[in-house]
Amino acid sequence: MKMRENIRLYVKYASACTQSVMQYKLSFLLMVTGRFIMTFGELIALKFLFSGFTQIKEYTYGDVLLCFSVIQMSFTFAELFGNGFKTFSSMVRRGEFDRMLLRPRSLILQVIGSRFEVGRTGPLLAAVITLVLGIRYSRITWNLMTVWTMAAMIIGGTLLFIGLFMLEASFCFFSVEDTSLINVLTYGAKAHGKYPIDVYGKGILRFCTYVIPYTLIQYYPLQFLLGKTRHWQLAFCPLGIIGFLLLCYFLWQFGVRHYKSCGS
Amino acid sequence: MKKYYCFFKLRFATGIQYRMASVTALTTQLIWGLMECLAYKAIAEASGNNLPMGYSSIVTYIWLKEALLVLFNTWAADNELFAMIANGDVSYELCRPVSIYSMWFSRITGARTAEAMMRCIPILLCAFLMPKPYRMSLPADGVSFFLFLLTLFLALGITVTFCMLVYMLCFFTISPQGWRMVLTGAVDFLSGNIIPLPFFPKKYLFLLELSPFAYMQNVPFRIYSGELAGGELYQCIVRQFFWMAALMLLGMLLWKRAEKRIVIQGG
Amino acid sequence: MIEFNDVCKSYRVTRRNSGFGNAVKSLFKREYDTIHAINHISFSIKEGEMVGYIGPNGAGKSSTIKILSGILTPDSGTCLVNGRVPWKDRKEYVRQIGVVFGQRSQLWWDIPVMDSFELLQAIYSIPVAKYRNKLDELTQLLHLEELLKTPTRQLSLGQRMRCEIAASLLHEPKVLFLDEPTIGLDAVSKLAVRGFIKRMNEEHKTTVILTTHDMQDMEAIASRIILIGKGQKLMDGTLEDLRLEAGTEEAGGGSLEMDIDHMIAGLYAKLNIM
Repeated sequence: MKMRENIRLYVKYASACTQSVMQYKLSFLLMVTGRFIMTFGELIALKFLFSGFTQIKEYTYGDVLLCFSVIQMSFTFAELFGNGFKTFSSMVRRGEFDRMLLRPRSLILQVIGSRFEVGRTGPLLAAVITLVLGIRYSRITWNLMTVWTMAAMIIGGTLLFIGLFMLEASFCFFSVEDTSLINVLTYGAKAHGKYPIDVYGKGILRFCTYVIPYTLIQYYPLQFLLGKTRHWQLAFCPLGIIGFLLLCYFLWQFGVRHYKSCGS
Repeated sequence: MKKYYCFFKLRFATGIQYRMASVTALTTQLIWGLMECLAYKAIAEASGNNLPMGYSSIVTYIWLKEALLVLFNTWAADNELFAMIANGDVSYELCRPVSIYSMWFSRITGARTAEAMMRCIPILLCAFLMPKPYRMSLPADGVSFFLFLLTLFLALGITVTFCMLVYMLCFFTISPQGWRMVLTGAVDFLSGNIIPLPFFPKKYLFLLELSPFAYMQNVPFRIYSGELAGGELYQCIVRQFFWMAALMLLGMLLWKRAEKRIVIQGG
Repeated sequence: MIEFNDVCKSYRVTRRNSGFGNAVKSLFKREYDTIHAINHISFSIKEGEMVGYIGPNGAGKSSTIKILSGILTPDSGTCLVNGRVPWKDRKEYVRQIGVVFGQRSQLWWDIPVMDSFELLQAIYSIPVAKYRNKLDELTQLLHLEELLKTPTRQLSLGQRMRCEIAASLLHEPKVLFLDEPTIGLDAVSKLAVRGFIKRMNEEHKTTVILTTHDMQDMEAIASRIILIGKGQKLMDGTLEDLRLEAGTEEAGGGSLEMDIDHMIAGLYAKLNIM
């Protein structure tokens, strides 16, 4: 019952946001196009690069395309749904967050609901094109298990990026203005996550497993998806993101409590 | 000329103040550059070192790109100017006894140079201290370093005149941010910010060399490592001059039209 | 209705000394200044009362409103509003209060006011029939018919404030906090807002607390005035009491006719709270 009401409210928020954006249709179209071009440029770049060779560390062009598309989709969905966390510092500055504290609803629901932004979907089209190309070029036998792995990677990735945005937002409670280090983790992962992480060597692979668990949604399930390993358990790695998300949630809660005792 | 120098100096000073404490920005860029170096390492190995550019040239290209990011970043626009255009305050600027085009041009160039100088020193320092394959190399020779500096300024000129075009377009559209996004997204790719231009297939490269985009960061960065030399180099410099003049002329023409609009509409 | 008992709240503010050397130093070791925004303030307000809360800028008015509305947790002291502690059980508590911040909008900028209201209906889960009734009532009293279909960004300040107040009352709160509701409004809008608040109070027994710098607001609305300065409560009484307090020290005789702004300014000076 409560869940249903929350979803209803989220839909209401989303439609209000969309309606606001549609007041400026040309702007919206250009934004979407601009973002699409940026992502599409990266896809073309990948194609140009791969004209000189066929495999990079035993990953074919198709494999890399799949990887690229998973990361792009995750990031785009995360921006679409988690944009509220991304723009949270302005929400605090403008007193919008104080207003949210005055409303009888979950704070997280209000934060993400009030900044749902369709304009972020530009890269989605590019990501879908990449996915289709990737599926065509790579030789994956599609069955229930591989489809699950693919979906889990995308959903897990979305949650991972949302978690990182949430982390960024939580810093606002402690009046940390400079969030560029978090940007490395989000934009950096989007830009460099197009190659399977082991391409970057052992050190980076370790960092992306134990510090920020990117490998859970990229490297490990990818090994299973591409048939490089027999360990079917790897297909369930993305579930580990739930733990990461919980961690971010606790930090957020801690931040809210701090904010209420210190004010802005 | 003196008043333009003053605008340049003013922006230069404020730019330096703002950038004092950006240690985190430095870290960000170092990580970014290193990740790219690592990726190209794997690519170089995969191709059996048979890339259109040598690996050490690629590394140098990447570090120069990171160090001088703010010079060629079409995305980072002067938001003050955008706001001025959007809310009509630009009509106050008209009251000053200077040409707006030249004033804004010197203002943007000043801001970019200041920021780049602040940022490039620590980044280059780190880049020269990196472990071997990822270390930035010294310029090929004295002449190419001199030509690097010369073409760097020309490339900056082309980038700024291009940005000026975008600003001028803002007078004619209700959605400047949108246009900016589309244009900068395209320039990012076409000017070699995503992959260096030598990686482009020949037939596309030929087309690209007919546009101003091939004469932005592409030229100085490749001269530095000696990839670009000989007759081709001098041809590039001539074309840089040509594009800078052409874009500037176009920008000024657009400005004349925009000015008429402002005067008629009263801001 | 409201019990505010011996509440304290202080902030720690980083001290910033100018100069480059100090900027570097502050990276490693920060020095803090403690500001006592609220220093042992107590008062109680009965149901249906209309109380004006005044004091110079930085006296602690906003902090008090923030504590009463549950946004801020005090360092010490107790507070009960309608039997609940504001900073506990947030979701249940805020259903009973309405807050208007004069300087900040709660309406969506680009969509019609009506849509903002409907979003609020969803947020507070107000039953449809009840929502219709309330909306009709508010529309009539605040003359909103023309405004509801307009996007907020196209409203004048006065029109917007009327909509803001309506938005804060849709869920029929028992207590209404108004933080500078008439700031920047023209004469007609001011009168309309004042008239409406009075009427709400008479008809629904809504308890109202308002902060303002506009002393005519006080005269028109508040039956009781609490004056604070430098974090402390200095006076609690009617406007007449205030007038007497200010007037006793005034040279010359015609203090009763004194302009209300002058009176308050004199009082601030006398109590040394500026």
